[in-house]
Amino acid sequence: MDLQSLTYLVVGATFALYIGIAIVARAGSTRDFYIAGGGVNPVANGMATAADWMSAASFISMAGMIAFMGYGGSVFLMGWTGGFVILALLLAPYLRKYGKFTVPEFIGDRYYSKSARGVAVLCLIICSITYVIGQMKGIGVAFSRFLEVDYETGLLAGMCIVFFYAVLGGMKGITYTQIAQYCVLIFAYTIPAIFISLQLTGFALPQIGLGSMLSGTDVYLLDRLDQVVSDLGFREYTTDSRGSTLNMVAFTLSLMIGTAGLPHVIVRFFTVPKVRDARTSAGWALLFIAILYTTAPAVAAMARLNLMSTVEPESGQYLSYEERPQWFRNWEVTGLLSFEDKNQDGLIQYSAHSVSNELVKVDNDIIVLANPEIAKLPNWVIALVAAGGLAAALSTAAGLLLAIASAISHDLLKGIFRPEISERQELLASRVSMALAVLVAGYLGFNPPGFAAGTVALAFGLAASSIFPALMMGIFSMRISKEGAVAGMLAGIGITLFYVFQHKGIMFIPGTAFLGDLTANWFFGIEPNAFGVVGAVINFSVAFTVSAITRPPPEAVKKMVASIRVPNLKNDSSLV
Amino acid sequence: MRDSNDDRMAKYWSKNVSLMLRVFLIWFVVSFGCGIVFVDWLNQFRFGGYPMGFWFAQQGSVFVFVGLVFYYAHKMSSIDREFGVDEEAD
Repeated sequence: MDLQSLTYLVVGATFALYIGIAIVARAGSTRDFYIAGGGVNPVANGMATAADWMSAASFISMAGMIAFMGYGGSVFLMGWTGGFVILALLLAPYLRKYGKFTVPEFIGDRYYSKSARGVAVLCLIICSITYVIGQMKGIGVAFSRFLEVDYETGLLAGMCIVFFYAVLGGMKGITYTQIAQYCVLIFAYTIPAIFISLQLTGFALPQIGLGSMLSGTDVYLLDRLDQVVSDLGFREYTTDSRGSTLNMVAFTLSLMIGTAGLPHVIVRFFTVPKVRDARTSAGWALLFIAILYTTAPAVAAMARLNLMSTVEPESGQYLSYEERPQWFRNWEVTGLLSFEDKNQDGLIQYSAHSVSNELVKVDNDIIVLANPEIAKLPNWVIALVAAGGLAAALSTAAGLLLAIASAISHDLLKGIFRPEISERQELLASRVSMALAVLVAGYLGFNPPGFAAGTVALAFGLAASSIFPALMMGIFSMRISKEGAVAGMLAGIGITLFYVFQHKGIMFIPGTAFLGDLTANWFFGIEPNAFGVVGAVINFSVAFTVSAITRPPPEAVKKMVASIRVPNLKNDSSLV
Repeated sequence: MRDSNDDRMAKYWSKNVSLMLRVFLIWFVVSFGCGIVFVDWLNQFRFGGYPMGFWFAQQGSVFVFVGLVFYYAHKMSSIDREFGVDEEAD
């Protein structure tokens, strides 16, 4: 069977599976719709959380970023996994004990204020919408590259699938499809990695292979890679740092805190039966994530080595453009890879020097997407990668859309504007807002705003500087008052937006960046993407200062905080 | 009577917090310490073909994180039982 039909078959089979699950797991109540009935097994929830969390960026782009950044790419590995330690210890068990439906709902109750809840809804929506645009683009791109349909057709197909299971099943449908999607994506990621590791080193486990010798030689893979990239004038792979040590620390910490503050991830821990389950479930989630995250650096290094030895088989001996392999031709068509024969000798000279480098474009995404072809793996593996990329994008999109829909129907409509509506009406409203959220996300996928490229970093910055500190202080301090919390959240978001905009342009419009995207102007050399941690520090400081001069929270709130800290303590206050 | 219960809960909470601090200390040392601040120094040692600092940054810290979350969950379950606040004791 040719690659095209095989890809249709594999992707079609996974979609049929997702639809089948949606039909079985329909939501019958708001409890089903928002938190899947609250009875999800902790291991199953761990798997769903892993799929919820690992997006198109983790699956398609991360290994490529590491491949071209080397050691500097570690910020993503440590940042995006270390955040789960924070989430597991500081937030998940307590928010599960709180036992209601949404993140803004907790902020509203803890800070006894509808305005706090409103501000939280605002932060949640900004951060989830920016994040969902990237997933929608990922769905369109995966379809167009592998199934050779238009970007638009691909996006539409993806939207229909999400619409079907998210509107029908809510959190319940999403949970069980995410479990299936995790299985698809982890197979799709690890199988090519295992093949490549075997080819290069003879070890099946990529984590071992990366630290081993190349087959038939007595040279370690990483030493070889260091030598090859330095010969071409790039910085050494294993020591190429991303800015200063302070920048590495700030970036890693921002990603960690941002991860812990993302509402669509937090809300997954509302779905398990007990506080104890929330704690272990976070461990399972991290274990399932770690399988991909420890494989990614191996894929990165091995694919970079493969790419380099394809274009330059022996030192000083370059590949002739006429003899380039089929995958090179395929990916040239997509524009992700391009060659310009600057010295007109018909050979591909790849180097770090922009004047003489002839491989003028090598997109990060090539590393995962073209990896199976570069390593000459069978067609079914390539088809699997297509299904895996789609599973990663769909599962994250659905989780984000649910967070947005519940913020609208539960927090804004039921919580703030129309408290009198019945449960049936609220369930209907949540389905309608889910449908609207899918349409808005689809619209933004069709017309990606100019600032889309910078937005995922912004989503992390906002989650780190607004939502995370508000939740953490709500649990760990009895003293933070509503004025403190609201002022803290606004100050945190304000300073983060200000810093990002002054370097990247207001709403990312080029030309409005009044300080320019220049390293010299960075605050202590911290890049805009890494600024979330500074926003978080400001949020904490403002909240503590304002709380010190305003009235402390009422007794009922203190009782509520005391009760969420202890697994079996009932909260008998009148507030809840 | 109520006071002594409050005392017990305060003790429960401080045990939890000190467990957290220990876990975060390790979390900090493996990632920010071994993976970033002391990475160059650690790279003089090898772990198979991995320079040691590089290994911590791209593999080791992630493994340790997984262990830490399970360790915390396990420890907290026994602290819950010790203070009789686990959900089964309801």
